[in-house]
Amino acid sequence: MTVETRTEGLGPVRTDTLLSVRNVVKHFPIRSGGLVRRTVGEVHAVCGVSFDLAEGETLGLVGESGCGKSTTARVVLNLLPATSGDVTFQGTDLMSLPRKAMRSLRRQMQIVFQDPYASLDPRLPVSELIAEPLRIHGLYDDGGRQQVRDLMKTVGLKPEHGNRYAHEFSGGQRQRIGIARALALRPKLLVLDEPVSALDVSIQAGVLNLLDELQTELGLSYLFVSHDLSVVRHIADRIAVMYLGKIVETGTAEQLFTGPAHPYTQALISAIPLPDPRKERARERITVVGDLPSPANPPSGCRFRTRCPKFAHELDTAQQSRCVDDEPTLTSRDQGHPVACHYAARRELL
Amino acid sequence: MTSSGSVHHEEIDLSPGSGDAAGTRRGRAGDVVLEVRDLSVSFPSGDGPVRAVRGVDYVLRRGEVLGIVGESGSGKSVTSMAIMGLLPTTATVTGQVLFDGRDLLSLSENALNGIRGARVAMIFQDPMTSLNPVYTIGAQIAEAVRAHHDVSKEKALERAVELLETVRIPNARERISSFPHELSGGMRQRVVIAIAMANDPDVIIADEPTTALDVTVQAQIMEALQVAQDATGAAMVLITHDLGVIAGQADRVMVMYAGKLVESGTAEDVFYTPRMPYTLGLLGSLPRMDRPTERLTPIPGSPPSVVNMPPGCPFEPRCPKATDLCRETEPELRETTGPEHLAACHHAESLVGVVADEVFDARVADADTLAKLASEGEK
Repeated sequence: MTVETRTEGLGPVRTDTLLSVRNVVKHFPIRSGGLVRRTVGEVHAVCGVSFDLAEGETLGLVGESGCGKSTTARVVLNLLPATSGDVTFQGTDLMSLPRKAMRSLRRQMQIVFQDPYASLDPRLPVSELIAEPLRIHGLYDDGGRQQVRDLMKTVGLKPEHGNRYAHEFSGGQRQRIGIARALALRPKLLVLDEPVSALDVSIQAGVLNLLDELQTELGLSYLFVSHDLSVVRHIADRIAVMYLGKIVETGTAEQLFTGPAHPYTQALISAIPLPDPRKERARERITVVGDLPSPANPPSGCRFRTRCPKFAHELDTAQQSRCVDDEPTLTSRDQGHPVACHYAARRELL
Repeated sequence: MTSSGSVHHEEIDLSPGSGDAAGTRRGRAGDVVLEVRDLSVSFPSGDGPVRAVRGVDYVLRRGEVLGIVGESGSGKSVTSMAIMGLLPTTATVTGQVLFDGRDLLSLSENALNGIRGARVAMIFQDPMTSLNPVYTIGAQIAEAVRAHHDVSKEKALERAVELLETVRIPNARERISSFPHELSGGMRQRVVIAIAMANDPDVIIADEPTTALDVTVQAQIMEALQVAQDATGAAMVLITHDLGVIAGQADRVMVMYAGKLVESGTAEDVFYTPRMPYTLGLLGSLPRMDRPTERLTPIPGSPPSVVNMPPGCPFEPRCPKATDLCRETEPELRETTGPEHLAACHHAESLVGVVADEVFDARVADADTLAKLASEGEK
């Protein structure tokens, strides 16, 4: 069905590519205080990120806070203008699209936010929250009422609760409202920005299963942004790991979890405790040192070197100088999947 | 209760790692250091009393890590706040908390101050709110030392440096003059751990100590906690919603639901042979990183309101195993696979050899409307 050819670092290029992101850069200005507010520096939030997303596929974008994953998601939807780079959705270049055309294209691409408490208007009843996107795009008069009821039922809410307000629902139910709202316009792409992070595990599982079922039936593509690797392994087909604005490793979920080759991915996987006492207590730990450097002033060469356990403990001075001077690119390096480390080596950690 | 209570204040060893004294002045590992009996907490509300904790019993033994898990609102944090006497005066607290032969709940504020922070220390979730933003971290650690020991400021600051070194804060000597906002979240939490260690406590209560932190930092903080525990020989109550943290750290585990203990046992008992459907459901809802999971098994519904609770098992409305008995009578904790493995379920035996997806239904979406949506999409 799909033909795969590989281009270096970009992951598989498929004929059914829905979304294509190339070299996206997003800098935020740092302004001085006072009246003039001169720009005194720049936060390099996203620095040359590229990936593809196929129809019906889920790409997990993982990393810790400040790695640029949410900024990437917003740039993809053109909610934030990119500093440079290209985003192509179904063959249309979003960066040069006029506002009006962008607006109608937005029907195809929707977002679900992390915090279901902050993202729903407290003054609208649920049926209106879900109807709002239909009204905005002039689709409500054509059977909108029934559609809203169907959407509520689909996501596991009772249609008779349509006249209640968001605060009357639990966190999990609110997130379902957010999903129903995003689905109302029958999008092709859902950007899910930490959609289950605010929820308790027993509730989180319900939302994850719902997303699974919706994808199977409706053929949706998901860009799933999360800091939780367990959740990402469960839901994603492919995963891109971000660190300080760059993708450091990408591959299928299977590849990344059975043979992570970048020291950062290894540290991430090794840091997450497994809910299994015997396995957890027998695990090998790879710990990073220190804290995230400032994205306004990232380290030279490899951005991870200041915290890299391999750099600190395994490399000699000559090898280290390569990390300091020479920025590793995201290419295959005989690891079976693209990884941005001069000394990439797969390791089994689980 | 221990033979040593009276000796405690005579000789104070301020060097780090004075835990070697633990063997003599504190009794042996395995002795009960803290005992909670029938602890209940309720808060008044317009709709009637909010019964946040309902009859919790447990013992904490010297040197062990006792994990308390539960979801938001299960009462796990309120239990510890009650033990520490940190609840607002509007709260009604009943039961007993026995520490060193005394009931902490009946002590005066003054007497409690001699124990709190010295022999029972607490670590909170958010280090930004548990540290004072206008004092240097050195001053705050020294304050904790001087609150319980009559030493000079200089000596207390020396101790602060040692403590910061113990929790692996680099350049501790310079760092003591930093303010909390100058440190990262992980560093701040280390400072809080250093303060908890300051007086060589017998018990450390850690309430979601890693929840606000990134995963790589979480792992570092868990390490620092272990260092703190080794150095002081303290027993630890580790409260978290993260079953992974519990699996790695806890010797014994207690699961809370709707203000009650619903299951307790060794980590292996609870993780490998759960005997309460809620525990089984929790484990089934977890996506696993170590293997591909086809389907998760969410627990339907949401936790009950703890105001005006109906009779019967609080988990009954969400439990696929529920029968009339569960609706009428709330089950008590009872022995299951062994004397240490307790579960509060009338049907605990029916969970033998059962996995989560045999009990809970994985399907969430409404099949009919979803199919309708799919067919409309194709048009």
